[in-house]
Amino acid sequence: MNIWKHTLAGATMAVALSFTSVATFAETPANMLVVANRIDDITTMDPAQSFEFAGSDVNQNIYSKLVNFDPLDYSKGYVPDLAESWAVSEDGKSITFTMREGVMFQSGNPVTAEDAAWSLQRAVLLNKTPAFILTQFGFTPENVAEMIKADGNTLTITTDKRYATSFVLNCLTATIGSVVDKKLAMEHEVDGDMGNAWLATNSAGSGPYSLVSWKPNESVTMQAFDGYYGGKPAMERVIVRHVQESASQRLLLEAGDIDVARNLNPEDVAGVRSAAGVTIQEELKGRLMYLGLNQTHPVLSKPKVREAFKYLVDYEGMQNSFLNGQYTTHQNFLPATYLGASNENPYSLNIEKAKELLKEAGVENLEIEVGVREAQERIEIAQSFQNTAAQAGIKVNITVGTGKQILDRYRARELDMSLEAWGPDYPDPQTNAGTFAYNPDNSLEAKATGLLAWRLAWDTDGLTPLTEAAVTEGDTEKRIALYQEIQAKFRETSPFVIMFQQIEQDGVRDNVKNFTTGEAISSADYKKVTK
Amino acid sequence: MAQASENGGARSRAPLPLWVTGTLKTVGSIAVTMLGLVFITFVIGRVMPIDPVLAIVGERASQSTYNAVYTQLGLDKPVVVQFGYYLWDVMHGDFGMSLLNARPVSEDIARVFPATLELATLGVFFGIFLGVPLGVVAAVRKGSWIDQVARVVALVGYSMPIFWLGLMGLLVFYGMLGWVGGPGRVGIFYEDIVPSVTGMILVDSILDRNWTVLKDAFSHIVLPASLLGYYSLAYISRMTRSFMLEQMSAEYITTARVKGMSEWDVVWKHAFRNIRVQLITVIALSYAGLLEGSVLTEIIFSWPGIGSYITTALLSADMNAVLGGTVVVGLVFILLNIFSDLLYKVFDPRAK
Repeated sequence: MNIWKHTLAGATMAVALSFTSVATFAETPANMLVVANRIDDITTMDPAQSFEFAGSDVNQNIYSKLVNFDPLDYSKGYVPDLAESWAVSEDGKSITFTMREGVMFQSGNPVTAEDAAWSLQRAVLLNKTPAFILTQFGFTPENVAEMIKADGNTLTITTDKRYATSFVLNCLTATIGSVVDKKLAMEHEVDGDMGNAWLATNSAGSGPYSLVSWKPNESVTMQAFDGYYGGKPAMERVIVRHVQESASQRLLLEAGDIDVARNLNPEDVAGVRSAAGVTIQEELKGRLMYLGLNQTHPVLSKPKVREAFKYLVDYEGMQNSFLNGQYTTHQNFLPATYLGASNENPYSLNIEKAKELLKEAGVENLEIEVGVREAQERIEIAQSFQNTAAQAGIKVNITVGTGKQILDRYRARELDMSLEAWGPDYPDPQTNAGTFAYNPDNSLEAKATGLLAWRLAWDTDGLTPLTEAAVTEGDTEKRIALYQEIQAKFRETSPFVIMFQQIEQDGVRDNVKNFTTGEAISSADYKKVTK
Repeated sequence: MAQASENGGARSRAPLPLWVTGTLKTVGSIAVTMLGLVFITFVIGRVMPIDPVLAIVGERASQSTYNAVYTQLGLDKPVVVQFGYYLWDVMHGDFGMSLLNARPVSEDIARVFPATLELATLGVFFGIFLGVPLGVVAAVRKGSWIDQVARVVALVGYSMPIFWLGLMGLLVFYGMLGWVGGPGRVGIFYEDIVPSVTGMILVDSILDRNWTVLKDAFSHIVLPASLLGYYSLAYISRMTRSFMLEQMSAEYITTARVKGMSEWDVVWKHAFRNIRVQLITVIALSYAGLLEGSVLTEIIFSWPGIGSYITTALLSADMNAVLGGTVVVGLVFILLNIFSDLLYKVFDPRAK
């Protein structure tokens, strides 16, 4: 019977050997930043096409723009980057930028006004998804060469009409405003694509980092650019690894194998708070969570009912329970930290008040359907609302579906109510004002499905002209005042029950300084990070 | 003439050699199965409630942009025509471009499949080398404590959620003891150090004679491979036990013992020899299951394999990637079946 003992002993040895002890490193090198993030949304690295969060994080560090944000102080708004200064014409339609001298691309080519003009023209000509950020100024493939022109060391952008300068410049801080190395990109042009295919996986910028590699769903590696005009960054190398699972990110962070964990769930955030050597860094992001009331519904279109629904949301209860730390109550369409954002949050759960308003509106035995996408937090918000609405005598039926199923019905004005999220497209208040409070043609035939106000069949109660006025107001202070006014009216009258603004909670090693994810208006910026 | 004709006819109907007919049958079977697989996955891809156009253009795109991409993807053509184009491309090894990252799907699969192959192969070795002896011992010592242990091991393997077990494994062996590497295929210090020849880091580091990378890569793969191997072990050990019990109660075993044969020879030279063919099926199925990609294991261990690739593609409505991945997984199943059939013929003369 010895044979059985030998067999078992061999098997045990195999197990023991398979767990060979390998020393793990206590921390990452002093000149390297390692970030764990979900990067499976990256589709391309071409700044004329990139429109996802993780892609924008990379491009923000690879490309310089005419104007940009200071990662140490976003409240300053846009500041000069490749453009040293700018001047606005008397009619307010042209902005002439003077380029910074002596700046080089990572390729060694000099950065010129021609590169900047070509980059913007290229984005319009390629007409990829984010192109609307530029084409809203009246640029078309036919006229863009005339509207965006380089002349020596200056670049002039002429818009189709007068816009607020802050609006134009804010849009130029978006990824699509990146200045691309024309010579290098055109060397890789295929079939007139202006280097689009090559730039999907390569970089041609003058930012603080160059792209070393992007392996989809695996990692992005960047190398510091020695010749960066703003000074070589302290972090020689930045590696962003795709780590899907929150618990895995936490283990890596606590073991010292990464410096930043960007997708921790509330349980892991709580765990990290009590761990040694790491802290939780919170930044407000631009994503808003809201309920939309379809105005084609005979009951939901009543002003009193709209108001009542704003008292039927348990903002505080949700914020302090399942949304723990991930969202904060925010009842305005401009995310906090945006130009002109209001921090007024007048509504709280008040069943009696809601009942009173419903009674005044003559509403009884109301039964409605709310469409929700199959995401845990959204379903939980819907269930909370279902519970509080029931206390006011409203029966809420929750329909959970895929993004396409819910979105199709939302865009077709078929749902009574929709529980949705919205993130701004570019760092200017117009990005949200132009969709929440702007709807020039509310008819079904208009099919303005891109406008949230249209999807809810809401004619904006007179906010459309105010929004148009705000986007053309040249005086920034007056512009801010206009947005404050629009938001105040919007809070009272709109069929949008805006509930929460997202907070990003990142686990960061104690020795990492100046790491930022760009707050609500920008993207992750690594050039000022030190360890 | 009639005679000549009859002779000639007889010559033309002469049976082909067995190996030729066998090969033809196998190739035909593969072709038909693959055609069916491609057709079914294609149809499923078209009826699923996800919108590849929306995935590309985003929710805020205008109707004209949406329509342009819809046409560009060929979705305006009849499904039959779409399938025809797709089949033609697949036959030429072209799974199309990923709708989301604009790379050829075949390149993506060539990158992620070796990662799964490496993990699954190590996992199934673990399952075989521990599971088979454990199953044999459990059968021979039926009812003993060893049998009870084997039963518990299998029960835990069957019932424990892999997600939980993986996280616990990481917590204990990586987080607390530091015996193994964390999530990912290699540590950040060793990324892109060895040239990718096969796509399997263990093999590539050996080819490059870079023992440091090999050691690091091994430290990262050992835990997920052991985890997958454990599930494989649970299945293989139970099946081995069952097969062995059947053999051990057969009369020829009693005869062998009566003839004075040693217990070692009775078990390994007689009983075990007779379960090899059945075991091949079990192991092939287990291996195929692992090669399909264990999504949860890949997610927990940040392992960029084909399971998480297909899942991510599915959630992102990247149908070209989903179809390409599914076809490759289907092909793996078919090839493993063929390989099993070949092994049957080696181990069992009756199958020749």
